[in-house]
Order: sequence, then structure tokens, then C-alpha cells
Amino acid sequence: MNKKKECIAMLLAGGQGSRLRLLTEKTAKPAVTFGGKYKIIDFPLSNCVNSGIDTVGVMTQYQPLMLNEYIGNGRAWDLDRSWGGITVLSPYQAMTHSEWYTGTANAIYQNLRFIKRFSPDYVLILSGDHIYKMDYDAMLAFHKKSQADCTIAVLDVPKEETYRFGIMSADETGRIYKFEEKPKVSDSTTASMGVYIFTTEKLISYLEADAADETSDNDFGKNIIPKALADGERLFAYPFTGYWKDVGTVDSLWESNMDLLGSRPKFDLNDRSWRIYSRNYADPPHYMGGNAVVCNSLITEGCEIFGTVENSVLSSNVRVEPGACVRDSVIMSGVRICRGATVNYSVIDSDTVVGARSTVGVNREISKGITLVGGELNIPERSTIPDDTDVNEEYIENILKARS
Amino acid sequence: MANVVGLIFSNIHDKNVPELTKLRTMASVPFGCRYRLIDFTLSNMVHSGIEHVGVITHYNYQSLMDHLGSGKSWDLARRSGGIQILPPFITAFANPGASLYSTRLEALRNSISFISGCTEDYVVLSDCDVICNIDLGDMIDAHIASHADATMMIKKTFLTGDVSGVYVTESDENDRLTSVKEFTERSGGFRDVCTNIWVMNRRFLETAVLDAEAHGYTAFIKDIIQRNIENCSVNVYRHEGYFATIDSMQSYYMCSMDLLNEDVRHELFGNTSRPVYTKVRNSPPAVYSEGAAVHNSLIADGCVINGKVENSILFRGVRVGRNTHVKNCILMQDTIVGENCLLNAVITDKNAIIRDGRNLSGYETLPFYISKFAQV
Repeated sequence: MNKKKECIAMLLAGGQGSRLRLLTEKTAKPAVTFGGKYKIIDFPLSNCVNSGIDTVGVMTQYQPLMLNEYIGNGRAWDLDRSWGGITVLSPYQAMTHSEWYTGTANAIYQNLRFIKRFSPDYVLILSGDHIYKMDYDAMLAFHKKSQADCTIAVLDVPKEETYRFGIMSADETGRIYKFEEKPKVSDSTTASMGVYIFTTEKLISYLEADAADETSDNDFGKNIIPKALADGERLFAYPFTGYWKDVGTVDSLWESNMDLLGSRPKFDLNDRSWRIYSRNYADPPHYMGGNAVVCNSLITEGCEIFGTVENSVLSSNVRVEPGACVRDSVIMSGVRICRGATVNYSVIDSDTVVGARSTVGVNREISKGITLVGGELNIPERSTIPDDTDVNEEYIENILKARS
Repeated sequence: MANVVGLIFSNIHDKNVPELTKLRTMASVPFGCRYRLIDFTLSNMVHSGIEHVGVITHYNYQSLMDHLGSGKSWDLARRSGGIQILPPFITAFANPGASLYSTRLEALRNSISFISGCTEDYVVLSDCDVICNIDLGDMIDAHIASHADATMMIKKTFLTGDVSGVYVTESDENDRLTSVKEFTERSGGFRDVCTNIWVMNRRFLETAVLDAEAHGYTAFIKDIIQRNIENCSVNVYRHEGYFATIDSMQSYYMCSMDLLNEDVRHELFGNTSRPVYTKVRNSPPAVYSEGAAVHNSLIADGCVINGKVENSILFRGVRVGRNTHVKNCILMQDTIVGENCLLNAVITDKNAIIRDGRNLSGYETLPFYISKFAQV
């Protein structure tokens, strides 16, 4: 006899996140490193566990290898459970059809059998793109109290950014009367965070209707929500006021990393009342050399620092050699910054070597934009890589060609 | 190497470092920012392919059991084998005075049912107060190839006249052990010292332990190896790399400080095929604030550093306040050091609190120790 669950979570983790450019060339966006030792997916997963949700389906599609390996059996988030826990849900073949997940709604639709196994009263729908701490249990209480069919978590965004979000208008009880998906202009600044709670029967009936509609894009924001609103269903907006950042672009990923720094960080990873869990590895402690200078930075296990690090976030096993200098940058795991090299206002992906006396990026005050360096590259000695540049294998080949 | 079982003595030499082992076994003494002493021995065993390890405990082993858990961190949560804690075996009829053992041989006698019940042909025995990263597989291969009954790991060490409890060995050109005796000389010098790491044929060990019980022997090397040196074949295996034994507070301090040496650190932790495993804890990366200045130090995740730290070892979750200067110190997990403090050659145990403005100093040969949960 399978035990019933009150609420389960469905996490949409199949997106490519193409605006992260080189960072998502070989890995899905939720598996992108953040804050030294986290992946983006740690945030919604930790929120689930901290909110008492012990059953999570993770829908993967784009480049799932790293993500699957990272999730493993879910033990890091205490989601290795005898009934429920974490389940990776990939697209599959069926007798009559087989298709990729064609949209957010379709991904959930294809996994209705997973949902039904737990007979939940409510289904929480999440995406793996955001950095935030949120108590979904409080949102569920609001959903129940409002006797809602669907509750959408919302936050206030600046007027000039409304075109990126689903924008809605709600009355004083929170009931939504107007919803526009990514409007060019809008009166309201109440934006959807992409976090939904559905009462299960309503979710199933709308997903089934949506699947039957051949003209639909199978998307929550574009199809399901507008349809439910038009049908007069009880849709409510649940206001969220804490830190929330969509890390969909290289700039926002960098900014969000910087928000972890400072004496009073905008986002506190050391908050013991709402811990963020991640896979921890048995790396040795990090070592600070005799002449190392490090200030206002996050440094992770396995690093060896002999040079200067300022206003930066370093993931595990980064080596900063003597005379090297890293400022205003996000450095992923296993990167080596060789002697005398300088890195300014850059994001460098895993296992890249920055050759001796090279310069990557320019001082942030005068920079036109972030320099993004892909993973597993070898930047030759004494290279100069300007600001606002993407460095991939081809770029390195061109440097070498120009030299020979 | 599924044909080898590991056996670790977790309480051995506890009395050498009474401050650190008052509340825990030698095996669970914190070391090197995030490790416990047993991690080195366990990792060495696991990397040689051993899948079954018995840990002989005696007393105070709660912290050890907490650390080991299911053995998952060392990949020793296995369908069969894995990690097995061997607590003292006391029957209702035992004489209370004699029921708890005090020597290695008595500990083995207590674990005889484990030794007899194993299916593996070979046993690796090790103390838990050793810090090294060695290829035990090579030693096991050498033992099997030699057809010896037992192989003892030795390490050439400089001994001074005042050491005690150390066994020095002599061996012939075929690595056959010819003599083993306690070091009693007044003059110092380089000697081949027994590291207490052994590979034995399990049947040999079982017979020796049962035999010792019949004869009332108590000391492993003196009574079994020394007496039988002519009858049984014991080989030696030389270890050339870093090897340290924690046998006093001073050696605990010096070994910890050895980690600041790049060669030692890379030998212990830099070998990608033999990482040192430990129980992982969820902690965020270390935070360095604007006022932080850290030199020649090892820092674990979860630390928050606002002051100056030099030549020190900081365990997970340590907090160092503004205008505080920490030098030559070992600060264990979750130690909190307030503002405007000056700490020199201090060892704090877990969860110690040093309030604002305190000025504490020990000396390298006699570090100042602050116990668990103590407040200054």
C-alpha cells in the first residue's frame, strides 16, 4: 500500500539556459555552479526539504549527465527516502508515441503517472533557475486558506523588466483577475516567479485538456494559466518579499554571486535557520600561502591561494599562484591561475588554466562587460583577453595561430 | 583485494593525549581542519581495495560511531562486509576487573570471534594514531608474494634518547625480520621503527591470539613476535614517505603544523588516486571579510574570518572577530573567537568560546589547550 503524500514537488530542470552561453554548453542550467560549492538546483531542493516536502520529481532533458550525477540518490538533501524522495524523470518512449518535453506543461503532463502514484492533494511546480529561500509550506497554507485552485508566487519587479515575466493583477484578497505573459507594457509590476501550487484534480484536468489542444504551446505561462483564468477558476497571487534572482544570464549569475559577499550579504549562505544543502566532497581544507592576500571573498575547500583574491567567489580546488591576481570574478572548480596572471571582472568555467602573465578582462570600473571563459581551456602565457568577450576553443586557436 | 580484512585499534595510546581523548577515542581526535585521525587509516585501507573493516573500540566510542555512521563516506556501506564496530565483549559472568582489555593482544582476544568469522585470508592491522597516505596494496602484494606469516611496516626514524614504547627492528637482506626490541638506548640515531601496521595471514593471527590466551600472554610484539622470531616468518616492509604518530600533545601540535608544509600537504592530500575520505558536513564556503588577512594557514569551509590569521589550522565553522590576531593556533570546529583578541600557540577543542579582548598564549612545545565547550 503506497502512502499518500499531501504535497509533492515537480522541478522543471530540462532547460538549456542558452543565455548562459558557454556555461551551459555541456551542462543543464540547474547544474551550473553557484556560490562556490553549490549548483543552482540546490536552492529549490533545499527549499523543498526545509518546507517539509519529501517527494520531488526532477524533469531533465537538456545535457542531463552532470545533473543526474550530481543528484545521485538525493542523500545530500536528505531526499534518499524509502517512499518518495527524489526521482529523475527523463522523456521516455511509449507504445503509441514518444516525444521530448515540448513545454513546461507537457513535461508535467508526461509525468502524470508519477504524480498519481503519491495521490497528492497538491502539486508544487518549480523551476531550477532561481536563487532564493522560500517557505513553500507557508505558500501551501495560503493556498488552502484561499481555497484556491492555483496559487502563483509573485514578487514586485521594476517596471522596465515586466516584459521578461508573466505579469498579473490581483484584488486585495490576492485573487488574480488579469494575467499577461511577457507583456511589452503593463500597468502592474506583480511578476510570476514560476512557482505554482495546484490542487491536483484541477492540474490534471487542465493538463489533459492542454494535451488535447494541438494549437497549444504546452506552456504554463502562455496556455494553462490564461485558460484557467478565462474559465473563472480561483487563481491567487502569493506575495514573496525576500531575495530572489533569476540567474539566467551571465550578468545576473555574476551579480548574484557578488550578492553573497560583504559584511551583510544580500543573500546569506551562513543562515543556519534555512540551510542550503549541496553535495559535499572530501576535498582537503584550502591553504593560504604566506604572501596571499584575500579580502571580501568566498573560498572553497581544496583551493591553494598564493596570490591576491578580492571581491571574488572561488569554487573548490582553484589554484592562484604567486603574483597572480583575481578581482571581481567568479571562478569555477579546478581552475588554475598561473604566476603573474591577472583576472578582472570575469567568469571562468571549470578546469581552465590561465597561463602565466596573461590578462583576462579589464578593471571593472572601466570594463564594457564581463569576460566569460569556457571550461577545460588552456589560455596561453602572456595572452591578453579584453573585456566583454567569450573565450572558447576557437578563440584560443586564433591566439595560437596569430602567434605562429 | 576483497581477500583482505582490515582491523583498526581505535583506543590505542589514548593515554598519550589525555586532553584530546577525555571525551573521545584516539580514532576520533579531530585533525587537519576537517578530518579525524581514523580517516587516514580507513582511507589507506579502502584505496588498497579492502571492503571489510573491523574497528576495535574500548570506551568513549560514541563520537567515533557518530563519525563513522554507516561507513558510506569511505564507501564502506556495503551489502556484505563494510564497516563493523567491535565493542568490548563482556559476559554476565565476567570478572569486572579483567573484562576490559588494556593491551593490543587483549583487544585482539576480545575480537577473536570477528577474526575467526571472517572469510578473508589476510588481515591488515593498524593503529589509528598514524598520519600517512600509503599504498597498502603494494604492501599486501609484497606480503602475499613472500609467503610470510606476517609483514611489519617499518619506517626509518630518528630517535632521541628519551623516547619510550617504541620498537626498533633489524632485518636481513631478504627483508626477513631478525630482531625486534623496545628502544632503550641512551644515545639517539636513525633506527627502523615498527609502525604497528601489519599484514598477516588470518590463520596465523587467529592461532597466535588463541595460543596467547592459553599461555596467558598479554603483549603482542613481546610475547608473540619476539618469542617466535625463529619459528615463524615475519617480513618487514619499508615505508619511505611521510609518517607521523600522535603520541603527545606536542606531537599533535607539530604534526598539525606539518600540514602547512607544501610537500607534506601534497603527499597527504594531493594524490588524486588516493584522496583522504572523511564524513562530510554541509557547510558554505569560507567567508573572508574586508578586514581579513590570512597567511600560511589551512582553513576549512564554513569559517568566517574578519581578523588576522597566521600559521594556523582552522576547522569548520570557526569564527574570528575583527582586530583579532590568531597565530600558531589550532582552532577546532565551531570555535568562536571574539574581537580584539590575541591568540598564540593555542589549541581550542570543539565549540570553545573566546570572548572579546582576551589575550592567550602557549608555546610551541607546550601549546595552551582549551577544552570542549569551555568559555574564556
